[in-house]
Amino acid sequence: MSDQRAPGGGTKLGLPTPADVVAPIALQRRTVRLTGWRLAVLLASLIAVLSFVRIVTGAQQIDSAGTIAAAIGLAIPIGMAGLGGLWSERAGVVNIGLEGMMILGTWGAGWAGTMWGPWYGLLIGTLLGGVGAVVHAIATVTFGVDQIVSGVAINLLGLGVTQYLSALVWPGQPTQSPQIPAIATFTLPGISDWAKSIAEKGWFFVSDCASVLRAITYDVPYTTFIAVALLPITFWILWRTAFGLRLRSCGEAPYAAESLGVNVYLHKYVAVIVSGCLAGFGGAVLATVLSGIYREGQTGGQGFIGLAAMIFGNWRVGGLGAGSLLFGYTQAMQLRSGAAVHALLLVIVILVAVFGAYLLYRRTVRPALVAFVVAGLVYLWYATTETLPDQVAYVTPYVATLLVLSLASQRLRMPAADGKPYIKGQDH
Amino acid sequence: VRRFLLALAAPVLALAFAVLVTSVILIASGHPPMQVYKQMWDYGTQPDSLVLTLNLATTYYIAAVAVAIGFKMNLFNIGVDGQYRLAALFAAFVGGKVNLPPILHVGLILVVAMAVGAMWAGVAALLKTRRGVSEVISTIMLNYVATGIIAYLLAPDRFAELIEGSNNIGTPPIGPSGQVPGFDVIPGASSPVYGLIVLAGVVGFGFWFLLGRTRFGFDLRASGLSSTAATASGVDSKRMILYVMLLSGAVAGLLGMPQLLGASYTYNLDFPAGLGFTGIAIALLGRNSPIGIIFGSLLWAFLDVSRQILDLEGVSKEIVTIMQGITVLSVVIAYEVVRRYGIRAQQREVGRQLAADEAALEGVSA
Repeated sequence: MSDQRAPGGGTKLGLPTPADVVAPIALQRRTVRLTGWRLAVLLASLIAVLSFVRIVTGAQQIDSAGTIAAAIGLAIPIGMAGLGGLWSERAGVVNIGLEGMMILGTWGAGWAGTMWGPWYGLLIGTLLGGVGAVVHAIATVTFGVDQIVSGVAINLLGLGVTQYLSALVWPGQPTQSPQIPAIATFTLPGISDWAKSIAEKGWFFVSDCASVLRAITYDVPYTTFIAVALLPITFWILWRTAFGLRLRSCGEAPYAAESLGVNVYLHKYVAVIVSGCLAGFGGAVLATVLSGIYREGQTGGQGFIGLAAMIFGNWRVGGLGAGSLLFGYTQAMQLRSGAAVHALLLVIVILVAVFGAYLLYRRTVRPALVAFVVAGLVYLWYATTETLPDQVAYVTPYVATLLVLSLASQRLRMPAADGKPYIKGQDH
Repeated sequence: VRRFLLALAAPVLALAFAVLVTSVILIASGHPPMQVYKQMWDYGTQPDSLVLTLNLATTYYIAAVAVAIGFKMNLFNIGVDGQYRLAALFAAFVGGKVNLPPILHVGLILVVAMAVGAMWAGVAALLKTRRGVSEVISTIMLNYVATGIIAYLLAPDRFAELIEGSNNIGTPPIGPSGQVPGFDVIPGASSPVYGLIVLAGVVGFGFWFLLGRTRFGFDLRASGLSSTAATASGVDSKRMILYVMLLSGAVAGLLGMPQLLGASYTYNLDFPAGLGFTGIAIALLGRNSPIGIIFGSLLWAFLDVSRQILDLEGVSKEIVTIMQGITVLSVVIAYEVVRRYGIRAQQREVGRQLAADEAALEGVSA
């Protein structure tokens, strides 16, 4: 059953968990380490809440195996873009150009994927993202240009280059590629069917766990495993190796790093290029696995959602994983019925109320009251409406990020020298 | 004179570089570059194209000024995009619902647009001053939230109605009293230039006046150059951030107006999007100066209009997007290189001066 944690694989490494929907970073300082039992209890209670709401409202889709599988699938491009942002920003380079690098990735996957098969598509998409990153690195690291400006230009360039190339490669229909051959998927025989039969029973809690099991054992594209594995790998490289320490020191105090003999330029280059490759890979997955086709404008801001997920996760791998999963889930809900989205309001009510009770237990009365009032208002909203506008799910990632930023900005900690240009030997 | 030349060198160098790269790409894809440029020039200088260029440049100019106001204080208003779309939607809706005497009607629409734009920028400003949230991130997020809000509001029974004979939906059309007639300034053109080109002029003049002739503008530039020094001299940096963001948002709100009141008269699904990002590019190109931005927006608009011919000639018109992207990137790199060169030249100058003084002193004591 340890597999069950795979989708949120990062959570056991970093700090926040999916429960952060409501209680973002507040828990973070108090819980010293979210290992083992605590995490299991948190996840289990989350599933219990979802299960309770599912039974009360009859909205089966809020945690059906299909929804969870879709959420994981949609979380992958977001997570890869976010991981790209993490690499780059940990080395002190803000990367707004993730979106453009992702666009390059989708195109690469469409072009090479239709020519030589999906795996080559993924490879070329990844490399093209890296090419975009090289441009960003030259501008920001070598020339010290404002990093936001360069990112904006990369986004512009990524769009223009792919549109131009599309017109060259697919002259008849330049806005999309032919179908990309599908990638192989993994199904755990026996277990997945057994999980499905349990999930269909509709039992409290048990069926919901079975839905999760079904989602991660049935028809899982292999790219998902690669992407999920990249989270702990990144954590290990950045936080457990000498190279990672040096890279992060470039993002915290580049001149101190320089005085210790670290080649700051080199580390920044590596970080930015890895960042672009990850974003490119995310784009390639988007095209190859989720759509099976390259389409112009396909990324639709996923690069920015990835950036949001990274900030939501406080520049940490675990938080980033949780954020991507949450945002992937909201995107998956967009495709579901209005009733299911509506039922989510009840989930929010319960989570906020529980958080309020927790605050009361900690004797912080005023925030607790605020939480209860919010819960009451959301309940009122739930009780007086039948459905929610489609756009609510659409804006959730952005609003969630704004909320986290505004409510927990004191606890968020980005790398100290993030976004600041570095010129060798120019310490003052 | 030398400083002026240095300032001019950067954009010229960058443009030359962009043209060079574009030519290489064109050659690589089998098109003779000179011929392509000539076609663009010939098409772009026809009367109708000139009108389009001026109209587009009007919009781009306002967009770039909105961005530049923030830039002058090192505030990055990426949210111009969301601000103008939201503002245009509300302005179009209000304008379509009421009927007032001509001047008042237009005035009301403009005020609504500015208010909505400022309000949306104000959210980012408050997040920054009250909670310390970076405006870069918050405005990016707010852009998407604005997209969501617009999608929600631009629906039948809310702000919009079905446009007859199409499956497009838009706000109720603004009546004649709210429309701004255009000018027939280009002989031989079939359509007029937006009347609100005057608005762009006013915005540009206001920007220049504010920056160079008022105390607020001085504080603003001081905060941009060194926020600590500005604070030390008594500038309330938080209040400056709030005012500048509100101002930037208000100007952003205006940027959809030439199009809305001069051509489309309704906000529908086809209303141009993404102009905020164009504004960022042009502000960089024009170096945030009211005059520089004029050239930037004219160039950008000309490229956007003249590229329309390329598809007919078998060249993908996206080549121009590539060219624009490279221009922006190389222009900022060029500015940075020139700036560093300038600093080094200054240091050398100072060094020489000091050495000379010292030599003179020694001469005296000897």
